[in-house]
Amino acid sequence: MAVNDIPQHPPFTAEFKESLFNIPEGEKIQTCLQCACCSGVCPFGFAMEIPPGRMIAWMRAGILDEMLESDSVWMCVSCYACTEVCPKGIPVTLALMTRAKEEALLAGNVPTELQSALEFSDQYSNPLGESSRKRADWAEELDFEIPIIRKVKRPVDVLWFVGDYASYHPRVKNVTKAFAILLNKLGIDFGILGSDEHSDGDSQRLAGERGLFEKLAEKNAKILSRCEFNEIITTDPHAYNAFKNEYPQLGFDFPVRHYTEFLVDHLDEITPLFKENGKAKVAFHDPCYLGRVNKIYEAPRQLIEAIPGVELVEMAHNKSTSLCCGGGGGGMWLDGFRWEKAEYRLSEWRIKEAVAVKADILAVSCPYEPPRFEDATKAIAGAKKMLVKDIVELIVDAIDI
Amino acid sequence: MTEIVVIARLVPDLVEELEIAPSGTALDLSWLRVIINEFDNHAIEQAIILKERSGATVTIISPEAEGVEDMLFTTAAKGADRLIKLTGIGEEKPTNLSLAQTLATMIKEMNPDLVLNGVQAHDDITGDLAPQLAQLLDMPYVGYISGVSLDGGKAKAYKEYPGGILAEMEINLPAVLGIQSSEEPPRYVAISKVRQMMNSTSIEEIQSSELETESGVVIKRMYLPEAAERAEMLEGDEKEVATKITSILQDLGLL
Repeated sequence: MAVNDIPQHPPFTAEFKESLFNIPEGEKIQTCLQCACCSGVCPFGFAMEIPPGRMIAWMRAGILDEMLESDSVWMCVSCYACTEVCPKGIPVTLALMTRAKEEALLAGNVPTELQSALEFSDQYSNPLGESSRKRADWAEELDFEIPIIRKVKRPVDVLWFVGDYASYHPRVKNVTKAFAILLNKLGIDFGILGSDEHSDGDSQRLAGERGLFEKLAEKNAKILSRCEFNEIITTDPHAYNAFKNEYPQLGFDFPVRHYTEFLVDHLDEITPLFKENGKAKVAFHDPCYLGRVNKIYEAPRQLIEAIPGVELVEMAHNKSTSLCCGGGGGGMWLDGFRWEKAEYRLSEWRIKEAVAVKADILAVSCPYEPPRFEDATKAIAGAKKMLVKDIVELIVDAIDI
Repeated sequence: MTEIVVIARLVPDLVEELEIAPSGTALDLSWLRVIINEFDNHAIEQAIILKERSGATVTIISPEAEGVEDMLFTTAAKGADRLIKLTGIGEEKPTNLSLAQTLATMIKEMNPDLVLNGVQAHDDITGDLAPQLAQLLDMPYVGYISGVSLDGGKAKAYKEYPGGILAEMEINLPAVLGIQSSEEPPRYVAISKVRQMMNSTSIEEIQSSELETESGVVIKRMYLPEAAERAEMLEGDEKEVATKITSILQDLGLL
């Protein structure tokens, strides 16, 4: 057997630059005006030594090595704010930042915190390092049975892809249980994969681990191809994004809807269930992968406005300009690293905006958000009494179960 | 070229809840999942660091277990040169002595300069595999090593003692070292590289000689830690609990 060379840290070579042009619309990088809107709108741009705009400038100047030595790319939360704002339509998040993370990761430049989340995702199919056998344990806390497809062995109308944080995180499990209660109440014919479900892999992909993403996608596709269902629904915008936009590129096509879209279709059945609910001002935080990336802005708002006694208020950043909670692009696994670099939490910025509009409740619709924003309410003046609730929790609180 | 051999074992993964077999004297293997022994993972990293530093051929030997191929390909993606799966391991865990005998026969033929093994494993807390191997290979053994460098025919290694004492040792090669930790934490290797290795590298299979499973030590009973009933739970709201704690501490004469 030939001697196996140890992978050396390859620099950001001209090959890397060329490879960006192979990504759909990647060639647009050549049209960059150097207006720096991307660096300006980036929520962590201030903490990056080489923000996206400068990255493009340096690539043009042939300065590539320095980019690898810098750890700026690990500040990227993959929130698509740069992609949204770019006047030339350059897919900055996908064609530049994600590719740069991939290159850094291949070269072994990975922050330690992120390393464990990736290893866990490979070993246990979830980034939290929990036993994959316990993926459906949350269901045991309910007083009715959650159908697990492998056990019930029958076709279902709706396959609910639960997701990592929704399955394991103690705070987010409350949202998961609320959604189960609502599905049950509405008489939806649904099932879950239970311990056969694997991480959707989307955040790992955005953290630069494309190979791991593909491996997880293949595992999910394999199990899903054996199940009979009409559509997938999920409370997780990252899983939604994976099924909607990424899995089809690997040849895995499954119809998917985010739960907010699904519930809007069932509003006629939900509305008669509502009871007297008091009054509350509710601000809605658009998750990056529901809003900016997939342009679903109205469904969550329609649901919130349907709840009795609720006044929906908009924060300064909303819809396409929404802020990131800080959890995207591997952010869930880089809190320590990013705090060291920036001494700032994006979730606190958001809570300040919610305080400014005098919201009683910050409504969310992504499993990364309840713990991040709840922590932030403890740190921000005037937010101590603010509640952070997923929309499905608000709905279930407002109906008689 | 320096020849380094690393023995890497898969051990029960403690993320899963351990269950006792109906016999009451062993773990229920049907529920067990295995994972690389953390100390062996450090031994692999140390070998790769030595290869990076001054060149070496690194051979990884692993007793067969579920998932051992993935683990071996991962070491190849990190830089290991030769992957060997030791077959013929039965359901029952072989004794360290018989495993050491089989390994010694294999390793002798490789003429290694350095044999690395994790200093212990959580199913081998006494860590006697490496010293037994050293005895059989007629090589010196030093355990609890964190950091190794090679210089001519000698290794310089740091051995940890309790109480925060560190000894710098010079060891004549060839030698067997029990690794406590590598100089740098085990590296991450992208899954795409591991998958490339699966297509471009092969794993050699070597049949072990007859392995003993009886060591003369008899396990009479295996059981999960039993909760004692000495704890007293303090009930009430924060203020009541605080008052109770204060009075307990006063009664004990601590306040």
